[in-house]
Amino acid sequence: MNAMTDAGLLRDYETHAATLPGAGSGWLDGLRKGGAHRFEGLGLPTRRVEEWKYTDLRTLASDPFGHAHEPDADVSVPDMDLGAEPYRAVFVNGHFHAGLSDLTGLPDGLVALPLAQAMQNSKAFLESYLGRVATLGRRHFVALNTAWLADGFALYVPDGMTIERPIELVFIGATGDTRAAWHPRNLFVLHPGAQATIVERHIGQTGTYLSNTVAEIVLATGARLNHFKLQDEAADAFHIATTQIHASADAVYENFSLMTGSSVARNQIAIELQAPGSSCMLNGAYLGRGKQQLDTTTLIDHAAPDCKSSEVYKGALDERSKGVFQGRIVVRKDAQRTNGHQSNKALLLSDKAEIDAKPELEIYADDVVCSHGATVGELDEHALFYLRARGIPLEEARGLLIDAFVDGAIDEISNAAIREAFRSHAKAWQGGNS
Amino acid sequence: MAAVLETIETVGEATDKYKHGFVTEIEMDRAPKGLSEDTVRFISAKKNEPEWLLEWRLEAYRHWLTMTEPMWARVGYPPIDYQDSYYYAAPKSDADRPKSLDEVDPALLDTYAKLGIPLKEQEVLAGVRNVAIDAVFDSVSVATTFKDRLEKDGIIFCAISEAIQDHPELVRKYMGSVVPTSDNFYAALNSAVFTDGSFCYIPKGVRCPMELSTYFRINAAETGQFERTLIVADEGSYVSYLEGCTAPQRDENQLHAAVVELIAMDDAEIKYSTVQNWYPGDEDGKGGIYNFVTKRGLCEKRAKISWTQVETGSAITWKYPSCILKGDDSVGEFYSVAITNNRQQADTGTKMLHIGKNTRSRIIAKGISAGKSQSTYRGQVRMNAMAHGAKNYTQCDSLLIGDECGAHTVPYIESKNRSARVEHEATTSKVSDDQLFYCRQRGIPEEEALTLIVNGFCREVLQELPMEFAVEAQKLVGISLEGSVG
Repeated sequence: MNAMTDAGLLRDYETHAATLPGAGSGWLDGLRKGGAHRFEGLGLPTRRVEEWKYTDLRTLASDPFGHAHEPDADVSVPDMDLGAEPYRAVFVNGHFHAGLSDLTGLPDGLVALPLAQAMQNSKAFLESYLGRVATLGRRHFVALNTAWLADGFALYVPDGMTIERPIELVFIGATGDTRAAWHPRNLFVLHPGAQATIVERHIGQTGTYLSNTVAEIVLATGARLNHFKLQDEAADAFHIATTQIHASADAVYENFSLMTGSSVARNQIAIELQAPGSSCMLNGAYLGRGKQQLDTTTLIDHAAPDCKSSEVYKGALDERSKGVFQGRIVVRKDAQRTNGHQSNKALLLSDKAEIDAKPELEIYADDVVCSHGATVGELDEHALFYLRARGIPLEEARGLLIDAFVDGAIDEISNAAIREAFRSHAKAWQGGNS
Repeated sequence: MAAVLETIETVGEATDKYKHGFVTEIEMDRAPKGLSEDTVRFISAKKNEPEWLLEWRLEAYRHWLTMTEPMWARVGYPPIDYQDSYYYAAPKSDADRPKSLDEVDPALLDTYAKLGIPLKEQEVLAGVRNVAIDAVFDSVSVATTFKDRLEKDGIIFCAISEAIQDHPELVRKYMGSVVPTSDNFYAALNSAVFTDGSFCYIPKGVRCPMELSTYFRINAAETGQFERTLIVADEGSYVSYLEGCTAPQRDENQLHAAVVELIAMDDAEIKYSTVQNWYPGDEDGKGGIYNFVTKRGLCEKRAKISWTQVETGSAITWKYPSCILKGDDSVGEFYSVAITNNRQQADTGTKMLHIGKNTRSRIIAKGISAGKSQSTYRGQVRMNAMAHGAKNYTQCDSLLIGDECGAHTVPYIESKNRSARVEHEATTSKVSDDQLFYCRQRGIPEEEALTLIVNGFCREVLQELPMEFAVEAQKLVGISLEGSVG
């Protein structure tokens, strides 16, 4: 059996689909139906599916999910200093929340609005991109997300435009006692030479919910997207995120993902470097405790010559938590002069913590320089001794070393203000405050 | 890139030189074609085996029927019809088995002389080249040298079929203890129909005075070879063992599914080296051996098992020599050179399972792909929860020659122990133009320069081979890759 139950994730689909925004529009109905049909066939993945070998979704599949409702209590967005004042779009339980959002002052010529609105206002734009990058394939959660396509954020940046202030997308989960699921879909399209910085924050307050996010990103020639993500969902939440990117010539994609929340989280990023000169930097840190399972799965597909990729991931796992890193680099036949490097380092902080890593190289061209490195271990006892010999208490010494270790990844963030914001969140994790 | 084209051609020529591609005309005694309980009974009866072994085989066969072929390896081949093969083929003259080498069929001895294993001469020249050899021809062991010398130290080195007759208690105790009959599809198949192989027992505290070696040869057409090797090194003993493999050139694909089990008791050490040069098929991928092998060793306290392999042959290689590091302070090593060319496919690597405290393992894998071949390193390092202080170091390097081949690395790293340390590194590249230029500038012809660089690339592994065989292995690397890197 390669599929387990679908945890009621398609319950009463026909009835509900008819009430989704934009329903009745032929292509959108078709897209959704295709997703539903595919998910029906695939179900939720079990560990017998090679890509899901290390992440166990049994707790997710154990009970059915209902549909998300408006939260009972008030929700608010905790501040995060991103340097410049961001444009902000807030989604609560998967739905756009106008009251908490502020998208004023955006330059002209831009499309930057919630997807549900774009389904009314920018149909042509959506029709030409939606579902073209995040194709269904055998991707269980993309199929499920496509079936429920409703809200999220749509961004289009025209030729040569640079959006100076960061765009902050905040996804808040607050379901109280109900077990609910939502499926945000983001679409970012940057035309030639355009530049933007996006900060995604996934924060949860209460509840057992599934946030199944899909982002589709198209970078035209010379475009650059700086994409930073903080995943700090509620302790009982499930967070499955899929980010798919197509990069054209000389485009640059930078991603940093910091994961501290959820009971089970999977951050999957797949980028296709489609034309010469494109490059990507995928970096991140995963910090786990309790019984958390934190999974990072990346795929870098070098489909054209002269492209570059680099990856730096660090994981620190405490208590009974489990970290997973699966990083695959593919170099296709004609992708000569490829440069691809990957590093994943994990720190086990407790006797019950676990890490599983599968760094993979798949290479069909000969003029390449590719490497991956992976290490697993505990804190360096010599370094610890050095600090203790200087009168630093054990806990503090450990804290310093863990910080220094995680910093190695955080230092990769190119934006100084955002780097510091992420750094302080990582530090707070140590104090048990995140 | 004229040099690349040229070198690819040279590689092509080199494989035409598969020098072990001859067939020996010998009258064969075969089991009827196909696989059934009757085949299993036939083999068991032919070997005059005790009842318990027949039961063991039948149980494996019945289990095999319920299993499916593993499909996860990065290799592709048309479905195998397991009914379209002979499962037992023995030289007729085996009916009255030779008492000594003098009685061995001269045609057989000639075959081995052609292969570079002059059995007779070795007995004569004892002491010059200290290697004891067990030669397996299709399904049966035909000759074992140096038996007398080894017996003085209490070492048992003979064909496994002989061991079943003479030392049933040892065979019964250890066979299947490391690779159970139900372990995997090919191991189950092997357990049901294995015909011969070598058995070796080193008593407590004995250091085996010479290299032990088995040469495997597939000769008959449409035959599968299923040998089974069992090596038991008792407490504090040491043995170095080498196996070599060749087969004739044929258009059809032949199946080779072996099982090798090593048991290293407390403080024992086993060094197991393989030079695998089965017929790889022609440049269009026609013919060649399917090499689906299960090799696994068990280490007790402070024991050490070291696998060294040079894989140049076979159309398809599916092989993962593994170490179960059960005893505290035990050590596992894996050194591998895998060379693929033309349409060869290799999916090979190792498993290091760290169970005991302070266990250590080291993996050095070098993959070289040329022509239209695909080479994959697939390995697993697992640190169990009790493996305190365990350490692993893994290095996988791949070299690509030409732009039509592929090199892949698929490591699985799993750690459940905080104090365990795992380090893994992998690189993929071609020979650097700088290195080539450096050699060329000093007057070294391009081909020689390339061979030099490749030899350097493999050196770490080749130097692990016993001296007597290092030369042979180097030659093999030379033949497969002469001037082929560019």
